[in-house]
Amino acid sequence: MSGLDELRISFFQECEDLLDSLGEGLRAMSDLAAAGNVDDDIETVHAVFRAVHSIKGGAGAFGLDDLVTFAHLFETVLDEMRGGKVGITVDAMHVLLRAGDMLSDLVACARDGVTPDCERMGQLLAELDALVDGAGGGIDDAPFEFVPTIVSVEAIETIDIVEVAPETGLGASNYSIRFAPKGELYGTGNEPLALFRALQQLGDLTVQADVESVPLLSDFDPSEPRLRWTLTLATEATREEIEAVFEFVADVAELGIEALPDPGKRPDGGDTPQDRTHADAAPLRDKAQPFSGDPPPAADIDETHATEATSEPAADEPQAGLPEPARSAGPGSPSATPSSAAAPATIRVNLDRVDRLINLIGELVIMEAMLSQAIESAGLASDSDVSNGLDGIKQLASGIQESVMAIRAQPLKPVFQRMHRIIREAADATGKQVRLVTVGETTEVDKTVIERLVDPLTHMIRNSVDHGLEDAAGRAASGKPETGTITLSAAHRSGRVIIEVSDDGAGINRERVRRIAEDKGLVAPGTALTAGEIDNLLFTPGFSSKDEVSALSGRGVGLDVVRREIQALGGRVTIQSAAGEGTTFTIALPLTLAVLEGMLVEFGGEMMVLPLSAILETLRPSSATIHAIGRTGRVVANRGELIPIIDLADAFGVAEPGEPEERDVLLLVECEAGRRAALAVDVIHDQRQVVIKSLEENYGVIPGISAATILGDGRIALIVDPEEIIASAGLDTATPQLAANE
Amino acid sequence: MSIRILAVDDSPTMRGLIGAALTPSGFDVRFAEDGIDGLERLPEADPDLVITDINMPRLDGFGVIEGVRSDPTYGSLPVLVLTTESGEELKTRARKAGATGWIVKPFDDARLVSVINRVLGV
Repeated sequence: MSGLDELRISFFQECEDLLDSLGEGLRAMSDLAAAGNVDDDIETVHAVFRAVHSIKGGAGAFGLDDLVTFAHLFETVLDEMRGGKVGITVDAMHVLLRAGDMLSDLVACARDGVTPDCERMGQLLAELDALVDGAGGGIDDAPFEFVPTIVSVEAIETIDIVEVAPETGLGASNYSIRFAPKGELYGTGNEPLALFRALQQLGDLTVQADVESVPLLSDFDPSEPRLRWTLTLATEATREEIEAVFEFVADVAELGIEALPDPGKRPDGGDTPQDRTHADAAPLRDKAQPFSGDPPPAADIDETHATEATSEPAADEPQAGLPEPARSAGPGSPSATPSSAAAPATIRVNLDRVDRLINLIGELVIMEAMLSQAIESAGLASDSDVSNGLDGIKQLASGIQESVMAIRAQPLKPVFQRMHRIIREAADATGKQVRLVTVGETTEVDKTVIERLVDPLTHMIRNSVDHGLEDAAGRAASGKPETGTITLSAAHRSGRVIIEVSDDGAGINRERVRRIAEDKGLVAPGTALTAGEIDNLLFTPGFSSKDEVSALSGRGVGLDVVRREIQALGGRVTIQSAAGEGTTFTIALPLTLAVLEGMLVEFGGEMMVLPLSAILETLRPSSATIHAIGRTGRVVANRGELIPIIDLADAFGVAEPGEPEERDVLLLVECEAGRRAALAVDVIHDQRQVVIKSLEENYGVIPGISAATILGDGRIALIVDPEEIIASAGLDTATPQLAANE
Repeated sequence: MSIRILAVDDSPTMRGLIGAALTPSGFDVRFAEDGIDGLERLPEADPDLVITDINMPRLDGFGVIEGVRSDPTYGSLPVLVLTTESGEELKTRARKAGATGWIVKPFDDARLVSVINRVLGV
């Protein structure tokens, strides 16, 4: 049934959110446990409990038994923690953090229909069980199932009667039911009349009200129960079915159900059980309290609101509990996102729709540029009404563009949070003690960028734990705390997102890096290399700095892959390191993949755009610094390096015969693995933001071209992919070797 | 006129499941996303019965029950507690707060319908 399938999908979506807040809460608890003041934030424990509890609830509905079993024990531990029976210790939190990871895996397994890792689950179940056992109350002792029991004397006696005359279920039996509600019953929304109607559906019912003890109106106290009933039911239903009708009132009423041996006999008032009912009713009346379910005064409710809302910053506002103020916080303001703030209202939108909108905005920006040129060429004054109107449209268009980009922008938080787990696993695998500090996780980046950041960040984090940090002994020897710290930070800087992964380890051992690079033939022995160049060797394909391949990060995947992935996102990754102080990897990313910061260049009569992220510098060298190599090759000497020149007009086959042989405007670009080249063009026109239009959909992959854009005058300009240009030029040698050949 | 139910649960999945269980039996089901939302929607939904989850942000199920019981209009409304917890302690607390009854998750659709019918006497 498709309705249920949809619910299943929404359940797994919900699980993602729940797992996020679970992870966040567990880490907060863990930090507090380490700091020794867990009592400060019991609300966090509640939130964590709720997350596990909701997962269990949904899992049960979909019959995901592994998930239910695991979540149940997890939840039990958390319940004991919030009840103060299990201590929130560092050790306990270590188990819970891993249990959180396991729960996350179980959700993924359930979603994808994969068999979970039973061994790991079994072990964690045992560890969780040990936590509960350690508190003195084993899980087996916990009250599991509620068994309805009837606690009146009659009930016990009727059990005897059942033994004497067992109900066969054959034919109709007569039951005498004595029902005397306590005052509490009326405070629970239970209604005797409704119960009688339910009984009536089981068979023939006769109801006799005992109004004997109802006082005169002047003495009447509505909170005191005075009515009792004797019911006779002729039914084929079993005793259990009758008891089930009274399921919710067993604790708030005196109840006696008795099978009558003779179906013809009706209980009369003088019968012994009837007397007993009266006898029971008397003390019952004495004990009758005002409704325990009595409506509490309104002030109590307000208090409840306040307590529930204290975790929210606006709790001191009288309307803090109302949804309106929380919603008015709005999703549109990227700066106002303190993590503890009430979650703004959100809607889920199909990404295609947003993309379509972004495309349309792109068209709008282009139209506006074309209009602007048309106005100019029509000779209208810049202060004419038309020009002023256009200025207004320009401002609005850029406002709309920003807002639409903001829709795609999402905080980096989910990615950063995943790294906590990576750190834990990396720490376990290497036996190092590692702490992850995240900074600026509310920084927003385009959704596509975020998705493609996970792999490179995972790799960098593992690399930092594995290669960056020393082991505990090594750290102690250099006077550092035994626990290493890896800081993951994000910030917006001049229109780009800067993400840094830094460790407080030993820094890059440049002597060793050089030795390895020389051994592997990546550089010629004795090459003069700056510290930065040595550091950059880490990004060279085939470089692995550990002498032995480690189980963790040395799986044949090097930092070169990281660099390639970041560059594919239009970003750059750089490295800084100080001996004894640590290493920092810096990733600079564009805010969005829909707009490119580019340099508009012209060669052979063609206008093309080069991504600014690839350009290191632009040169107009004197002819003395340009040397011919071989038959056609040229190189330019720049800062002590010889850099091959690639004529873009030649590369694209657009060079016109008879034009000047040598273009002398050079754009120095750097690509994967530090390969550099100087791209020669005729003119650099402009540096501008261009809207990226994919060509692949319509034309397939074009070598050397990554996409296209539309210029203000309506002309189409292709966007050059420098990576491919360099690759196809066959410049496979790394720059340092060029320097050595000089 | 069909019987109107106000279902209070912070989990969209559970809300969906409650809707899927009750709507085919002709119930008119309204939803609220947490305790405070539930109490606020009470006049607008004007239900014959409330089903509430226990563990919810802002205001939990106990708070919902207490809120309903203290309402001059809806004080005697049946409130069923929907929960995965089957422990005695929870039922005692729910009962003390004024719960009419309880349904243990995962629930069986038919049982949910029959419990509601029983409580309402229909």
